[in-house]
Amino acid sequence: MNTEFQLFPDAASTTARPVDQLYLSLVAFSAAMSIFVAALVIYLAIKYRRNNDVDRTQRPTHASTEITWMLLSLPVLVFIFIWGAKVCFFLLRSPDGAMPITVVPKQWMWKFQHANGRREIDTLHIPVGQPVRLTMVSQDVIHSFFVPAFRIKRDVLPGRYTDVWFEATEPGQYRLYCAEYCGTNHSRMVGKIVAMTPGDFAAWLSGASGDDEPPQVAGEKLFEQLQCASCHRAGGDAPARGPSLEQIYQRPQPLASGETVVADDAYLRESILRPAAKVVAGYQPIMPTYEGQISEEGVIQLLAYIKSLGSVEPAPPAAAGTPTGEATVPQGAGRLEDQR
Amino acid sequence: MSAAPEPSPAASPAEPVHVSRNYLNASYTVRSWLLTVDHKRIAILYLLGVTLFFFLGGAAAVLFRLELMTPQADLVESETYNKLFTLHGIIMIFFFLVPAIPAVLGNFLVPIMIGARDLAFPKLNLMSWYLFMIGGVFTLWVTVAGGVDTGWTFYTPYSSTYSNTYVMATAVGIFITGFSSILTGLNFVVTVHKMRAPGMTWFRLPLFIWSHYATSLIMILGTPVLAITILLVALERGLGIGIFDPKLGGDPILFQHLFWFYSHPAVYIMVLPAMGVQSELVAAFSKNRVFGYRFVAYASIAIAVLGFLVWGHHMFVSGQSLFAGMVFSILSFLIAIPSAIKVFNWTATLHRGTVAFDTPLLYAIGFIGLFTIGGLTGLFLATMAVDVHVHDTYFVVAHFHYIMVGGTVMAYLGGIHYWWPKITGRLYPEGWARFSAVLVFVGFNLTFFPQFLLGYLGMPRRYHVYDAGFQVLNVMSSAGASILGVAYLFPMCYLLWSLKYGRSAPANPWGAVGLEWTTPSPPPTYNFVETPIVTWEAYEYPGSNPAEVAD
Ligand SMILES: [Cu+2]
Ligand SMILES: [Cu+2]
Repeated sequence: MNTEFQLFPDAASTTARPVDQLYLSLVAFSAAMSIFVAALVIYLAIKYRRNNDVDRTQRPTHASTEITWMLLSLPVLVFIFIWGAKVCFFLLRSPDGAMPITVVPKQWMWKFQHANGRREIDTLHIPVGQPVRLTMVSQDVIHSFFVPAFRIKRDVLPGRYTDVWFEATEPGQYRLYCAEYCGTNHSRMVGKIVAMTPGDFAAWLSGASGDDEPPQVAGEKLFEQLQCASCHRAGGDAPARGPSLEQIYQRPQPLASGETVVADDAYLRESILRPAAKVVAGYQPIMPTYEGQISEEGVIQLLAYIKSLGSVEPAPPAAAGTPTGEATVPQGAGRLEDQR
Repeated sequence: MSAAPEPSPAASPAEPVHVSRNYLNASYTVRSWLLTVDHKRIAILYLLGVTLFFFLGGAAAVLFRLELMTPQADLVESETYNKLFTLHGIIMIFFFLVPAIPAVLGNFLVPIMIGARDLAFPKLNLMSWYLFMIGGVFTLWVTVAGGVDTGWTFYTPYSSTYSNTYVMATAVGIFITGFSSILTGLNFVVTVHKMRAPGMTWFRLPLFIWSHYATSLIMILGTPVLAITILLVALERGLGIGIFDPKLGGDPILFQHLFWFYSHPAVYIMVLPAMGVQSELVAAFSKNRVFGYRFVAYASIAIAVLGFLVWGHHMFVSGQSLFAGMVFSILSFLIAIPSAIKVFNWTATLHRGTVAFDTPLLYAIGFIGLFTIGGLTGLFLATMAVDVHVHDTYFVVAHFHYIMVGGTVMAYLGGIHYWWPKITGRLYPEGWARFSAVLVFVGFNLTFFPQFLLGYLGMPRRYHVYDAGFQVLNVMSSAGASILGVAYLFPMCYLLWSLKYGRSAPANPWGAVGLEWTTPSPPPTYNFVETPIVTWEAYEYPGSNPAEVAD
């Protein structure tokens, strides 16, 4: 937990090793290059110092010398790039079957919720040997989820889901930092990750759950409370004023504008907060906005409830119970559009 | 070829031509300084301005380095700490690093080096100094009145909605100063195009001019984007128009795109002029033509162009898509090539030269070392997989200080020493100057090298309190900073001393070539008694390596 003097960080996740190997290779390469340049400068400067009697006859410089240097440096750079890209694909794409956890930070605390509803603040318990996937959205400014021992970091944005995954390898406690400057107590927005053996973790997760409800249960209550059902209810005699939400998740929706949009997390989220932005064809834009009336946690719960109503194609297992983040959404799709 | 027939510039009117009138003693009134349109006097005005800002920005650094000696908060509150690092960043970047070399050395030397009497628009030049000072003093006043705590990066929605410090007022200061940058850039571009002396072809220009030309292009094309970004933040903060804050229907990442679209090229606004100085120093102190002259010249332009295409490398963990990240990653690798070309060419210039270990060369050698480390650690950051871990940690802080302080400040000091005799007509005490140069190098490395280790260990930047395990390295860094602080005070003292007590300088104390050394020290108001006619190549030292052969 970074209380002792160290020169190299603990490595406690499956990503730590490939990142360290890449990093140390870069260190070796850089050290070699720096020493080479320094040695050459010192050697040349001393050899050709003013009063030293050496041959100073100049030969013309050939353009080909320069071009050779450039061409030689290219494969080195491309090699580093490809290696980096390979590690990066592993680092950023969460594997199937990762355990979902939601993270909703705000100035200056980390709030976590497990799939069974158990909540934590500033401490996150996770099992080792099991990929964990965090879906994150900020309640206020940009924060960044950073666990040095896992070599992972991801910004947590307001108004948009991002995600990060990791698999701890060693039980223990590891530092969690907020890495994106977020105001006065930015440096106190720290927490810890408690990695436990799967058995210990299962015991921890089931124990002391108390009044924490699973998100889809809380979502259903919220759904009732906000009286969403008065418009979004399948069946009934009068035509519904809003589309049915049965099996809507991941289903393509024809829009009034003639476009089609897949009802993913980003779309559902937007339709709750700014319903007028993309209205489903055949419906009037009469739904009121819920911007500022539902917390980010509330939105996540509503999404969990909507997902529990089924989806057209089996949602990726990782997504069960929590929103999928941006790995499944093309870039920009999760971004908020300006309200018209 | 090498032995140029007649008037080799090194041999031209060398020893003290005693022109009684020069730009300094032309008039002594305050009015003659404040309303001057002489580019040399404006350079002096800028020198006073940027020196003031450098020491103010440095003072903020001294305070927070002291605070960081211990893991807890003891010297200042978190609010104050955050305002201190913000102040340090804003002052050092916008009011020191961006203007330092172009506005001081560039202003003084661009016309002289191309054989012109002044810049193309002398009054615009004076106006740009006033804009700079108004923006700077306004920003300082804001600081005294309450300060700002967003970091120099002003990330939204913190800056646009949440911070209750003086964001708008600071932004106004930066906005105004931005125009001084644009005007300087315009002035340089027009001057280099239209006012070169007869015979001064593009490929006879000193590389200092090439790099200032490239810098000016970035200033003209990039700075307006900064102005627009500031305006948009103002619209959101002042009028509640949703642009960046998602609660108002905006997109916080849009701000980062706009901000880095200016601020990455701004890195090259700070570094390219330093590279220009570096080329002059290496050539003058190895009495040799810069190796691969044309490649160094083209590299400046390549850097200016590529510099606009890599901004996304600041956003690898911001929620940018993996594929966008890959594109920015590979472009960031590519921009390493022109920088590497320059480092190799400076080194190769020493080969078969006649090397004199005067102070400016010590700074130039320091520059090569520190810039190399800064550039190589840039490769770590361009590698996405490593950047994910070190982004927003002290690794990044160390990296850009190696570029900005190890590169730009070293070159600036080297340049100030090299041209000091020309600017002031006085020689400084060489012993003190060499000692300070070495001290700067040592202090710098002790300050910033430990920060690479801190960064990989995971210490985030902008942390007021930190984990106890990071203390040893932080104490080392603070110790280095105190050495560095003292090392910066030395030149301040002996250079001022030299104004009164220094020996008077001949026209060409270094035996260097270049038009600035053909005119007396200090130069007359119109730079040259007669407009020079250039018949020689750049850096045509006797026996120096000839122009490259195209093959
Ligand atoms: Cu935070
Ligand atoms: Cu950059």
